[in-house]
Amino acid sequence: MALLRLSSRCTGISRPLSAAFSRFISTDTTPITIETSLPFTAHLCDPPSRSVESSSQELLTFFRTMALMRRMEIAADSLYKAKLIRGFCHLYDGQEAVAIGMEAAITKKDAIITAYRDHCIFLGRGGSLHEVFSELMGREDGCSKGKGGSMHFYKKESSFYGGHGIVGAQVPLGCGIAFAQKYTKDEAVTFALYGDGAANQGQLFEALNISALWDLPAILVCENNHYGMGTAEWRAAKSPSYYKRGDYVPGLKVDGMDAFAVKQACKFAKEHALKNGPIILEMDTYRYHGHSMSDPGSTYRTRDEISGVRQERDPIERIKKLVLSHDLATEKELKDMEKEIRKEVDDAIAKAKVNITVILLLAYSTFTNG
Amino acid sequence: MSAIIRGAGAATALSTFNPVDSKKLAAPSRTNLPARSKRYIVAGSDASKSFGSGLRVRHSQKLIANAVATKADTSVTTGTGHELLLYEALQEGLEEEMDRDPHVCVMGEDVGHYGGSYKVTKGLADKFGDLRVLDTPICENAFTGMGIGAAMTGLRPVIEGMNMGFLLLAFNQISNNCGMLHYTSGGQFTIPVVIRGPGGVGRQLGAEHSQRLESYFQSIPGIQMVACSTPYNAKGLMKAAIRSENPVILFEHVLLYNLKEKIPDEEYICNLEEAEMVRPGEHITILTYSRMRYHVMQAAKTLVNKGYDPEVIDIRSLKPFDLYTIGNSVKKTHRVLIVEECMRTGGIGASLTAAINENFHDYLDAPVMCLSSQDVPTPYAGTLEEWTVVQPAQIVTAVEQLCQ
Repeated sequence: MALLRLSSRCTGISRPLSAAFSRFISTDTTPITIETSLPFTAHLCDPPSRSVESSSQELLTFFRTMALMRRMEIAADSLYKAKLIRGFCHLYDGQEAVAIGMEAAITKKDAIITAYRDHCIFLGRGGSLHEVFSELMGREDGCSKGKGGSMHFYKKESSFYGGHGIVGAQVPLGCGIAFAQKYTKDEAVTFALYGDGAANQGQLFEALNISALWDLPAILVCENNHYGMGTAEWRAAKSPSYYKRGDYVPGLKVDGMDAFAVKQACKFAKEHALKNGPIILEMDTYRYHGHSMSDPGSTYRTRDEISGVRQERDPIERIKKLVLSHDLATEKELKDMEKEIRKEVDDAIAKAKVNITVILLLAYSTFTNG
Repeated sequence: MSAIIRGAGAATALSTFNPVDSKKLAAPSRTNLPARSKRYIVAGSDASKSFGSGLRVRHSQKLIANAVATKADTSVTTGTGHELLLYEALQEGLEEEMDRDPHVCVMGEDVGHYGGSYKVTKGLADKFGDLRVLDTPICENAFTGMGIGAAMTGLRPVIEGMNMGFLLLAFNQISNNCGMLHYTSGGQFTIPVVIRGPGGVGRQLGAEHSQRLESYFQSIPGIQMVACSTPYNAKGLMKAAIRSENPVILFEHVLLYNLKEKIPDEEYICNLEEAEMVRPGEHITILTYSRMRYHVMQAAKTLVNKGYDPEVIDIRSLKPFDLYTIGNSVKKTHRVLIVEECMRTGGIGASLTAAINENFHDYLDAPVMCLSSQDVPTPYAGTLEEWTVVQPAQIVTAVEQLCQ
């Protein structure tokens, strides 16, 4: 059962690799309790407990998947510089804990919708590395057949609704999905992710009002990485307490670099949304890269700040420390895991490169549906 | 589903698309038409390419396909129909579709308890409840977005803009999400929404409430636009739009809601991509839609008395144009006059003029003439307002000029 759970999580892994890897990942599901790094700050609700139930299997899976996400994003960086990825490319490294913690708390029936920083969320929802790199390079095998690009990853069967380029426009869409879930009595929720920049969009408050009015199971998640492209949050928002901005809607502030805090918060939010309607989660997180590949990321923040966060709050390091302190693997095993991941990513890129670029004839197909 | 011609796998070449099977029986194939205009390739969700209109795919077995363009009189002349007003026809179509498919819901301002500002949704909230007929707060951007998000999961919302002009606030959602999501997701999601509402110049409603949005929306890739003009085609187009898997914008007109007509009792649907032959003729083709159809018909009375024989076509489908019907007409009459309520600059008429010139240049004996509204905000004063819109007298003059 544990093995099945593993392979269902990591569909990006090729079969032999996952079989080899199963030796690393313990099948031990006996609970380990982990304390979150910081307490939750709540607005109009009672915060959940700081003790999170986990298991050695989950810990190792977290490490593995986050390391995969990190490597994928760094590889995308190199591909962009090699001009194999063009246009816009927004990278998620530093924020992996949000994607991973959220997945751990929900099912594939719960919907996720996010903006353009969507590569890792797509992976978390069950997307494969091949689909990611093919789409980024505009190949036919891409998840959107090469027609969407970096900002338009979708996976319908896993209820991943994208992948949106216009800041804030995905939040009303997300509330609409929550509406549909209520309409069809799905007992599922929708996580609509947006950034601190998008938090100032009017349509957010419009959608929040309707969601609260109609008791929709919508969870608005503000991935606060403190910069809306080049503008720091204190320069853009009069009130940067994004979890309170819902006013009459309850909110929770979460340490977004701690995957277990994220998991606990999302679990709490799901229970809340199914009973009481919308709730806002603010994930305090950080991105190491600039806003996108066109932005060096160092003109509006100091290198010391970036390296400071990397040293103190890096989500993968945190999990690594937990793994080592609970004796679940040795340093060497983890290093080997990272090497394997590196190879896996390189193989996926090589495979995607071989793929043909979308031919022009197909440009007009999938245009209307009969 | 078997009624549709299916392409043989992904390698089929692009081809023209034939919206109504009945045309194959009544008229020769389309191959004699120059196929330079862009057609929609209808791709099945299993990646096979099928050629047909959206509604044919699902309902070819059940429909009585009355709406054939070659039929001169589409309203019922025998005693078997029932008479109603245009807004009632819209309501009937909407109610029938909501009865038929539990996924259809309505959202908009004051559509529920109030009954709709133009009574199109009257009585629906009582019958279907608050979850299916949703009164939204005044936030077009958000509720249009929500409708589109709901459509991504399989619901079929009918989004009402109380006045089409208000939908400008939702332009981003309509353009980027509604129009493009099917494409950018590589075909994973369809957006079966209907966005509808009254637009056009009314009776001294002022500039902001007299807008014609069809010109702004026409370039959005991925959406379909239709304009209804009679109770018959209003009900038919409403039903077809709801059943279509594509996002459809249904343009109604503020001044046409109280038109009375007798429509059939039995169920029918109008083809979304088809134009309507209002009056066959020989001398000149007059292309029009929505309210201007009535100005044209009024002018036609005068013209007939003067000895002209105009062919009047209500184009109905604003995107894509039914160049088949239009082309056949141009080949017959060799003269075209377009009468529209859109602004002169960048309107539907402008696109239609370009399309006709591109495709049927050889058949024209005179340049295509286009009568549109003046490029000004609609004034409040009645006489001024009248002057900005095309009047029957101008149509008569234009026809006389073209037919010299």
